[in-house]
Formats: sequence, C-alpha cells, structure tokens
Amino acid sequence: MADGFKYHQYQVVGRHLPTESDPSPSLFRMKVWAVDEVCARSKFWYFIKRIKRVKKANGQIIAVNEIFEKDPTTVKNYGVWLRVLSRTGYYNMYKEFRDVTMNGAIDQMYQDLAARHRIRASCIQIIKTGVLADEECKRPNITQFHKENLAFPLPIKTKRASEKKYRSTFKANRPNVAHF
Amino acid sequence: MPFTRLVEVGRVAMVNYGKDYGKLVVIVDIIDQARALCDAPDMTRKPMYFKRLAITEFVIDISKSPNKKTLIAALNSSKAFEKFAESAWGKKLAAKKAKAASTDFSRFKAMIAKKAKSAKIKAALK
Repeated sequence: MADGFKYHQYQVVGRHLPTESDPSPSLFRMKVWAVDEVCARSKFWYFIKRIKRVKKANGQIIAVNEIFEKDPTTVKNYGVWLRVLSRTGYYNMYKEFRDVTMNGAIDQMYQDLAARHRIRASCIQIIKTGVLADEECKRPNITQFHKENLAFPLPIKTKRASEKKYRSTFKANRPNVAHF
Repeated sequence: MPFTRLVEVGRVAMVNYGKDYGKLVVIVDIIDQARALCDAPDMTRKPMYFKRLAITEFVIDISKSPNKKTLIAALNSSKAFEKFAESAWGKKLAAKKAKAASTDFSRFKAMIAKKAKSAKIKAALK
C-alpha cells in the first residue's frame, strides 16, 4: 500500500453461471471498498447474495479492477451513506468528509465511526458515496471550510523533532509555543 | 496580541517534519481542520498536516488551487521565498546549513580569523 490508504475501491463484475434455461445471465457490477482484491471478491459475494439469487456456489466473478482517483490534487467534498450495525441494531447514517481522494474520505469514515461510535469495520456497509458541490453539503464541520477568504490561526506552535528518531521526552530548554 | 500568521490560501509555510523537511511550500487550499493542500514549484500538490507545517509571515496573492504556472508566477513576482531567505529565520537556517557543510579545516581557518580579529580589537581598545 504505497499510497497509504487502508481501503481501496474495487469494481467487481460477476454473474450467475450460465444454465440451460439462461445461457447468457446478466452481469452485475459492484463498487466496493476493501483492504485488497481478495476481500473485495468476498464483499461482492456477501452483498450480491442478499440482492440477487446468485451465490458463490452458482456464480462466477468476471473481473476485479481497482478504481483510482482521477484527480488527487484538488479538494472535494465527499458524502457517504452507510448502514451500520451497532450493539442494538442496524442504523442508517449520512456523513460528509473533505479530502482529495475518495479512498482518503473512506479511511476517515472508518476512523470516525470507530472513534465516535466504537463501530468496527466489519459492521459497516457503504450504501452510496458521492462527490458533493459546496451548496449540497449539510454538515457544519464541512460547510465552515467553504467560506470565502477563510483564514484561521494555529494558536499553538508545535516544536517537533525533524524525524521520529530525534524525538525526546525531555528538552534542555522550555520551548516557546506561542504562535503569533 | 492578535494573531498575524494565519492559515489561508497563499500562505507560505515550512515543512518541519518528514521527507520534505525544510521545504518551503504554499498553502493553496484548506482541506479541513487538520490539513491543507500544499504546493511548491518542484513538487506535486499534496495534502499536509498543520502539525508538520511551520507558518511563515509571508503570503502570496493566489486564488484557490492555482495551476503550477500561475503559482510560480505569483512566487516570482512576490519574491516570497527570497524574502524568507533574507528574514532572521531564513538567515539562521542558512547559517546552520553552512556550518553543517563546513570542514574541519574551514572551521580552523575561521578560528584563526576570529583570533586575529579579536587581537586587533583588543589592541585598538587599549
């Protein structure tokens, strides 16, 4: 994972095996987020057997392709619609993130749900995702970054070691962290 | 005292951690409360954490996420990077770099020069 994303987007195409009554069954294409291709195939079967009368035993996967971000150097708003299994039951959720890639937004989503709701990755189903225009966004934490001429201070100057190996618990001098 | 160094589009910042350590970058867009999209003439635009950026006093006049040509033109006309090199912070970095690059012999020569200088000052003050 050279790009640092845990979850990658895959397009999985599969179908029912050809039978005598249906020699050319229709293809089903699904976009899933998974750690790798193997997990993507597994997720495909998990979802498709709930939607269609196709399962691994009577179906086949035609293709698995990874989908890459077309433009990873512009900031976009991402909306994610979810179905989540909590300790009491299933809930639907809608979340917004700002990022440069969809994979980054999905990683943020997994982190966010783990942090706020203690929800494990296995309990999350992504229903839909989308890139949103600024005026389509609803969440205040996202819309605050759409302000014209946005500017804010970083009140604390973090004095950091240039690399992890230079980190130390104690400093010879007390650092000046005020940042004007 | 009000804050004068703000995170905003066009702000020049220095990377203070990691692979790009010591690099001057320009904030071209703000992603969220923790990251900004940063650009420099010799790199691909990418997100950087505010934790890894030290904000400088210089701002250049650009719009959100300009293309490379516009960015370089704005940097050249504002001379922000040159001005940074002339600032106290920039001079300190340059001195540090020069010292790191110096050899044992050049340090010895500097020591001799300093000795000669202080001897002259001492003689003049007597």
